[in-house]
Amino acid sequence: MTKLAQWLFGLALLGSAWAALALAPPGLQPPAPLRQALLPLPVYLLVAFGCYSLATVGYRLATFNDCEEAAAELQEHIQVARADLRRRGLRL
Amino acid sequence: MAPRGPERLSVLLPTYNERDNLPLVVWLLARTLGDSGIDFEIIIIDDGSPDGTQEVAQQLEKIYGSDKIVSWELFLFASGTAYIHGMKYATGNFIVIMDADLSHHVRLHFMYSLKQKEGNFDIVSGTRYKGNGGVYGWDLKRKLISRGANFLTQVLLRPGASDLTGSFRLYRKEVLQKLMEKCVSKGYVFQMEMIVRARQLGFSIGEVPISFVDRVYGESKLGGNEIVSFLKGLLTLFATT
Repeated sequence: MTKLAQWLFGLALLGSAWAALALAPPGLQPPAPLRQALLPLPVYLLVAFGCYSLATVGYRLATFNDCEEAAAELQEHIQVARADLRRRGLRL
Repeated sequence: MAPRGPERLSVLLPTYNERDNLPLVVWLLARTLGDSGIDFEIIIIDDGSPDGTQEVAQQLEKIYGSDKIVSWELFLFASGTAYIHGMKYATGNFIVIMDADLSHHVRLHFMYSLKQKEGNFDIVSGTRYKGNGGVYGWDLKRKLISRGANFLTQVLLRPGASDLTGSFRLYRKEVLQKLMEKCVSKGYVFQMEMIVRARQLGFSIGEVPISFVDRVYGESKLGGNEIVSFLKGLLTLFATT
């Protein structure tokens, strides 16, 4: 199953469960408090996911390593490399 | 599992206008691998660079010898096809794919000896996002785009690897051949597709933190077009794998 298919399947499953409970005809409705919580649930979940995404990306952005040492080390290596290559006959 | 014979590493270096960086990359590789006692060869595949990269590659071949350096000149390819050509001539049983612009800080022996021996992985992928991996010379905007894109990729594809667009990887030769047959995309997306397909085929993937040091010489290739094609590619992978 492709990822898209998985998502559609999952959404269909959750969506139909939600619809069955939240949009049921008067005779089959679950108790009022439950219904009150259920109706806005999809929107809540969407907003919650949005907040999670922002927080996660923000955190990862803030903790993105800056490799100062690697860069400095690279510069050193470059100097040594150029000298050695010249010695070995490389003409640039 | 097939018995392991003597091991040799083939490093594939696709180049385009890397006249300044190429000798440095080759020198660093030769020293790192030589010091670690790893048998290796470097295959340079140049895409008809107008700046004389091919000529520099040939000089390097003379300096290091043809069993260590092999250079080829091709024309008009996309990132994927360089590897296909390179692999035909690779005599090693492990293949490393990396950039020739010094952005991949060459601590190759880590990838090879630590992870490959440790876990006997089919693929070892360099990651900028875990451990002490990271970047140098990136402004906030670029870091944000990188992290945002990676987050999107993780949510949509759940790939089981932290850095999908990275292109510093070690593959077993048979594994790379199998993956090349299956992959159809180009550029960043090609790198992503490799990992996703590898997962599908049940190959094991190990990760090693790497430093991505921004271009020492030359221009970096990231722009609006790249972002659009990345998104298109991501959605294609989402819908087809």
